[in-house]
Amino acid sequence: MATPTPQERERPTVVTRTARPGERARALVQSRAFLLLAIAVVFAVLVVAAQLRGVSAERLLSLAAWGVMLGGIIGLGSIGLTLVYGVLKFPNFSHGALVTLGAYFTFAFLAWLPQGEPLTPLSFGWEFPVALLVAMPLVGLVAMAVDRVVYRRLRRQNAHLVLFAMASLAMAFFLRSLIYIAWGPDFHFYYPGRPNPALTLPFNIRVRADQLFILALALVMMLGVYLLLERTRIGKAMRATADNPELAQVRGINTERVIAWTWLLGGALAAAGGTMYGLSSQLRPEMGFWLLLPMFAATIMGGIGNPYGALAGALIIGVAHQVSTAFMNPTYGPAVAFVLMVIVLLVRPQGLFGRSGG
Amino acid sequence: MATLALTKALLLIVPAVLLALLVLPARRWRLAVAVPLGVALAFAASLALPSGILAYVVSFAIMGSVYALLSLGLNVQWGYTGHLNFGVAAFFAIGAFTSALMTVEAPTGIAAQYTQMAFGLGLPFLVGVAAAALVSALLAFLVAVPVLRLRLDFLAIATIGIAEIIRLIFQNERWLANGPQPLRGIPQPLHCLVRSQGCDWLPEWAMALFEPLSPRDYPLIYLVIIALFVAVLYLLVERACRSPWGRMLRAIRDEEASAAMNGKPVTFVRIQSFVVGAVVMGIAGALYAHYVVTIDYSHFHALFATFLVWVMLMLGGSGNNRGAVVGGFIVWGVWSGTAFLANAIEPLLALIADDLPRRAAYFRWLLVALLLAGIVLYRPQGLLREEKRVSRYLRE
Repeated sequence: MATPTPQERERPTVVTRTARPGERARALVQSRAFLLLAIAVVFAVLVVAAQLRGVSAERLLSLAAWGVMLGGIIGLGSIGLTLVYGVLKFPNFSHGALVTLGAYFTFAFLAWLPQGEPLTPLSFGWEFPVALLVAMPLVGLVAMAVDRVVYRRLRRQNAHLVLFAMASLAMAFFLRSLIYIAWGPDFHFYYPGRPNPALTLPFNIRVRADQLFILALALVMMLGVYLLLERTRIGKAMRATADNPELAQVRGINTERVIAWTWLLGGALAAAGGTMYGLSSQLRPEMGFWLLLPMFAATIMGGIGNPYGALAGALIIGVAHQVSTAFMNPTYGPAVAFVLMVIVLLVRPQGLFGRSGG
Repeated sequence: MATLALTKALLLIVPAVLLALLVLPARRWRLAVAVPLGVALAFAASLALPSGILAYVVSFAIMGSVYALLSLGLNVQWGYTGHLNFGVAAFFAIGAFTSALMTVEAPTGIAAQYTQMAFGLGLPFLVGVAAAALVSALLAFLVAVPVLRLRLDFLAIATIGIAEIIRLIFQNERWLANGPQPLRGIPQPLHCLVRSQGCDWLPEWAMALFEPLSPRDYPLIYLVIIALFVAVLYLLVERACRSPWGRMLRAIRDEEASAAMNGKPVTFVRIQSFVVGAVVMGIAGALYAHYVVTIDYSHFHALFATFLVWVMLMLGGSGNNRGAVVGGFIVWGVWSGTAFLANAIEPLLALIADDLPRRAAYFRWLLVALLLAGIVLYRPQGLLREEKRVSRYLRE
């Protein structure tokens, strides 16, 4: 019989408990793989439903390609949303209004700039990117100004999260009414009546050149966001503040400055998203509100505060939305996003890339 | 002519007394003062006001009552439990359309081509209201179960989504409730009182009382009905919120962890309060539908049906039922008043730009948005604060 050595006796007894079946099942259901499986099931249902309605595979592929483009638009909006959500910890309901504002600012500058020849096969001339580049920082400044006037005051009062959310709802209606006053309730087009024929890509995918431009621009901006967040001081400070504001402050990060930069970046990207959405369809005062639900769904799906996750979520939602239009009324787009969001909330509320148990 | 004024005054007594009860402070002498005051007010309004202005006041009071109910329902959710429901419009719409579908007779023959609906049962008004409450509760339950066990802010996102989807359904689904065309001919309760042939179930002498009324005066009768609804629902909600159940809601709102440690089923209670609030909103929707007779999806825009209600509750005082009702009337007054304001500034706007006067209405939105932002920033507790002690057995 071996007597225990002193070391063995001093070692604290580690209580290992085998997880109960319920816990094990829950851990299984809440895993990332299960969430991906659930999303895959949604896609399978969409594709099967489209097949039953006799939609050809080629059309589905085209729709998926448009979905990637829509995902880029939603993604640009939701990066700002998720950064603000991560840094300031409240859902910003006025983000949709920033998207709309960006689209209308570009519209306003286009009217000022001289119109050049269209850069065929694109439907717009050089003045369009110029107008976009002017509109982006302006919307960022608007977002910063709103923060200065409203949210900073609430931060100073140590207000509860829900008051921030409510103030953002008020700001959403405030900005939207300004848009209505300035541009009226009618639809607008950047280039009314200009033809933009579809190109045929391999696999018989038909997309317009503008849509390819939107996708390319979205990719470039994503790359810019990646470089900003990973390589610059302010980007690192932003991620640190989103992760743990107190710790960031202790380490000497000026959180007010980080917050201002977050609004600037978020507003500028929202403006880009709105302008591209306006280019792909038309300008309406309600367009941002319509995009708000898909943006929130992407944010939650990717894990709050995670810009790359938001982008992934946006692509999933964009494709699901476009594929669903094969057999459903396209106005139900927010409903598709909503269903995906509820699935995420049910299965894994911390999102695809969130830490488990968060 | 004199008998008409007398009948109107008699009808106005009920809402006038209730109004006096609402405004007067809760003292022992309240009832004794409110009744004579209300009677005097009713006679003064009926005799002194020209009939056009009286009709405006009555329609204002009816819409104010609808909003007061919405605000009361939101108070159970937000004021007492801290639920951020940004989808009031969903429950308002579902109540209105449910009651309409239950009470409208399904069209037959040639009319069926113009008005499509899933069913039209032609049931009585009260059955419609009860069905509205039930369906609204069901919707609230379905929303609450997946979302309420999570963070508070997810509820706000989910409800704003559900409101949008409900509106889209009533806009696109022709078979359900004739969307996007309006659903017409929702019956009005006790409408027979103002018709010349009268109600057959009413005794002769009572009918003689309503004899002078013409169909134009029907809103007076509806005001009595809706005022009674507001009073009954107010008393019920107030009773519930002052009961141990209401104190449990506030405990969960303020100190979730300690409420859970004391054995309160936090998630279940949250779902309960969300459903109770939705029931009140659903009833408000039903009462709205029966008042306006014709409804369509555009009535349930987020601005009118969600945003305005939030302004009302925040202004009146969240966590205070009297504040919720008072806030409903005040903000409805502000909203109606800004309509005149918008008309007044139109010539001024015409000087700035040609197409600006047509957009004068949007200045109303701007004002209300600024009002809410101002309340959130400077007086988040509202006009009437929440009472610290709600049990009458506990004295300060």
